[in-house]
Formats: sequence, structure tokens, C-alpha cells
Amino acid sequence: MADKEHIIIESGDAVQPFKYSVGMHGSKFFTELRDNRRFMGLKCHKCGKVYVPPRGVCGECFVEMKDWIEVGPLGVIGTFTILRFAFIDPETGHQKPVPYGYGFIKFDGADTLFQHYISVEDEKKIKVGARVEPVFSKNPKGSIRDIEYFKVID
Amino acid sequence: MDRAAIIGVGMTKIEKAKVGETFADMAWEAVNKALADAGMTIDDIDNVVTTSSDFWDGRTISCMAVGDASGAAHKNVSCVEGDGTYGAFYGMTRSISGSYKTTLVTGHSKGSQSVSSLITNAAFDPIYERGLGMDMVTACAMQARAYMHRTKTTPEQVAMVSVKNHGNAQKNPLSQLPMKLTVNDVLKSEMVADPLHKLDCSPVSDGCAAVIIAHESVAAKFKQKPVWIKGVSFCADSFFFGDRDLSRAKSLTEAAQKAYAMAGIKDPKKEIDLAEVYDAFTYQELMWLEEMGLADDATAGKLLEKGEFNIDGRLPVNASGGLLSGHPVIAAGLYSMAAVVKQLRGDAGGYQVKKAKTGLVHGVNGLGGQSHCVWILDKDK
Repeated sequence: MADKEHIIIESGDAVQPFKYSVGMHGSKFFTELRDNRRFMGLKCHKCGKVYVPPRGVCGECFVEMKDWIEVGPLGVIGTFTILRFAFIDPETGHQKPVPYGYGFIKFDGADTLFQHYISVEDEKKIKVGARVEPVFSKNPKGSIRDIEYFKVID
Repeated sequence: MDRAAIIGVGMTKIEKAKVGETFADMAWEAVNKALADAGMTIDDIDNVVTTSSDFWDGRTISCMAVGDASGAAHKNVSCVEGDGTYGAFYGMTRSISGSYKTTLVTGHSKGSQSVSSLITNAAFDPIYERGLGMDMVTACAMQARAYMHRTKTTPEQVAMVSVKNHGNAQKNPLSQLPMKLTVNDVLKSEMVADPLHKLDCSPVSDGCAAVIIAHESVAAKFKQKPVWIKGVSFCADSFFFGDRDLSRAKSLTEAAQKAYAMAGIKDPKKEIDLAEVYDAFTYQELMWLEEMGLADDATAGKLLEKGEFNIDGRLPVNASGGLLSGHPVIAAGLYSMAAVVKQLRGDAGGYQVKKAKTGLVHGVNGLGGQSHCVWILDKDK
């Protein structure tokens, strides 16, 4: 029997560009990161939890947060993975070279985990609890990519 | 509170790519199967809830596009964006609201038509997370690492979930990936994102499932044996993944405890006969079981090794093959619900478990289990 022919309609090259407001908390975070290489979090006055990335509301307490706290820049790996399968990079539309490390970093002074790349130069050193430092971009633009990656310093 | 029962279920076969069918074609099949199962016609249905995701469907207001094929013409139809168990929750509340008696709930998706990692990437925060390429597999790999680190669960134990569920799927004709595997097969499969191998991950799938939920006053009016909803609850956790203890699922513990309390269950380990839990990834089955109190903390891997979660074990888990053997996102929780309904009616065929009076259904919505929906179903009212 001959193979069935399937008629498919493709979505084509049209895209829906979108502009996301980073809000007043994101503005502070990215300005400090870009201009001063500082990481800023917000502390809940009720439960004391320090949130990085910062956002306006502590969901647990349902209160507005206004107390800015500097955290890091050093921290520890909360958990991590090493990507070995090439996914499409949403920034470029191309496959990202593998392997690369992806982790959750707990900055000194923060209570939440902050996600970013982890250098896989020495895979054996990448462990839960390992100390890390950020490596900053030489050409900061005020985005999450102003940090290139974190690297283990143990 | 008034009571409700599930009186009909219908599902398409789960497949890698239903190239020959539109969303509406899948809905037509599942809805008619559910009506036939219940012994109803579309005129016996007084309202409809459809469940879908606009991103997965590649269109806005995706729910309404399946309305005609779901028999929604001239009826009150409403939509839920999330797992099918959440659509069913809304459907149940409508059936006991006093305004309606019989709700048809559907859920559909086709993972085959898009690039899954870009779809799940788009669920993450666009300001801090999305640009780094975070997607569901990456997120769950980190959750797997956190869970295995805390509980000392081994890669071999995690791999056994894949062996068990793909093995169970051999008894389920609707399943996409029935496979006879060994632990070694899983551990030797391609490493996707440490510690997750390819066979630790559920596949990309297409499918549609439908359930019919009736008020107690009409539950026995049609031909099918009603399966009673004894308890149900859902709870949500923080949106940002990094705000949570990734090795835990606090909102699942809360949802399960509320569902147990509603159903009058005091000792879930003894009173629940079988469970279908959201095994999008192997480690999740073990983690969810512990967080629901169906296994003691950090013991699920060991209990699995002893065979306790096999079809003939103390608590059969994912006897249908689970989502590892076919994972149509959104529809997934309704497939699990239908599998438990069939078990409690004694209609599960090859994957029927011996003692099936009380069953648990678990649905997940959001990233790495941001929110959980737990149902306790029972053969008896």
C-alpha cells in the first residue's frame, strides 16, 4: 500500500514580537547589575524571607515588599543539571552547543534560588553546596545576560 | 454538600503524532466514546467544559475551537487552561451547583505540532528565566537532582519507575509506548539533562480524553455504574521555581491531606487501593508518592524495589502505564482519571488490579508541580 499523503499547513515566518515591562523592581535589579555589578533582593518585613529575583509581593504573607537588601555576589549551588541534548536557544532560534551547566544559585544573604548557567570546565567540581562566583559580561546591557555564568570557586 | 459521580469516560489512543487528525477530530472521537460508555446521547449533557492550552494549540481561545465537536452548541460551554483534572474540578462544581446536572469535560493537546522545549520555555518568567533557555526538561532535571540528593534515591531506583510503567503499558491498548525494558536499558539511554536519561522522560504525545460528571440525583439514571467522587482538592505553590524547596511539593501534601479529609480517609497507605500519579518524569512518581503520604519520606525508591507499586503489589501505581508511556499534556490528568474509573468498575482489562475499591488520581499544573489536584474516587457512594 502506498504511504498516505498528509497535507500540513505551516505557521510560516510570521512572529508575534512582544515587549515585557520589567517593572520597578526589575528596573532596580538590572540597573544595579549593569552599573555596579551588585545583586539586589527584596526582604519581606513579615516573614523575613529575602527574594532574588526581586518582585513586589511576598506570596506566602500577601504583603508588599519594599526593603532592598544587597545579596551575593558569592553563593552556593542549590541544585543543577548538565544539559547534554541540544535544545533550541529561544534567544537565537539555533541549537545551543552542549554540554552546558544550568543551576540554581543561593546567593549569600538570600532565601530563594536564582537560576543561571554554570561553567562546566571542571564537571567534577559541580556539586550541590559548591561555592560559586558570577562571571560578568564585559558589555552589560541591563539583562539577565549581564552575567555570563557562575563558576565553582571551591 | 451534594455528591457527584463520574458516569462515562472516553479516550483516543495516545500517539506520537496524530497527523491525520485535527483537534476537533480527536475531541469528536473521545466525546462519542464517553457518551457511549455512559449510555447517553449529547442531549443528555446539559453543559460542557473544555480544557486546552493556547500555546500548545498554536492559537488563541483554543478551547472554543473544539466546541462543535464536543457537543457544546446551544449549551453553556466554559474553558479551563491547565491539566484536565482542573477542568474536571470545574465540571464537578458545575454539576453540584444546582444549575446543571451533567457536565461533559474534555481535554486535548498535540505535542507533535510544535517544538516542545520552546513551548515549555515560554511558561517561565520572560524577564529572569526565559532568555537562558530554561524549559521543562531542564527544570525537572534540577528538581530530580534536588530530590535524589535529599532522599538518597539512586539512579537505579528511579530507572525502575520507567521499567515498571512502560511494562504496565503493554497491557493498555491506548498507550503510546508499551516497552519491555531493563534498568540497564534506562541507564544506558541517552543522557538528556543530568540526571535524566531519555527513558526517564515522558514522550511527546497527542490525544484527547473526555469524562462525564453527574449530580447524584441523575448518576444512576444512565446505563453505566457510577464511580463516586469522595474527595478532591487542589493547592498551588509559588510561581518562581527558586522560591520553593525543589526536593519537596508542599502544595501536593496540602492538596492530598484536604482530599483525604473530605473522603474520610485516615490512613491513606491502607485505605487507598491504587493510584495514577503524574509521572512526567520517573523521579516524580516517587517524589509525589512520598509527598502524598503514600510512602514514608525518602522510602519510595526502596518500596518500588520491593515491588510494592507493581500491578500485583501493595499499592499499584500507574498500572495503566502512566504518562511515561504517553503524555498528552492537558489531557493527561483526564487519562489518569479515566484509568482509575475503569479500575473501580472492573473494566481495566489487562491492567486491572485485584482490589479496586478506592483509587487516587493526581494531576499537575505548572512548572515542576507548581500546583497539584488530588482526587479520591470510590466504587461505593
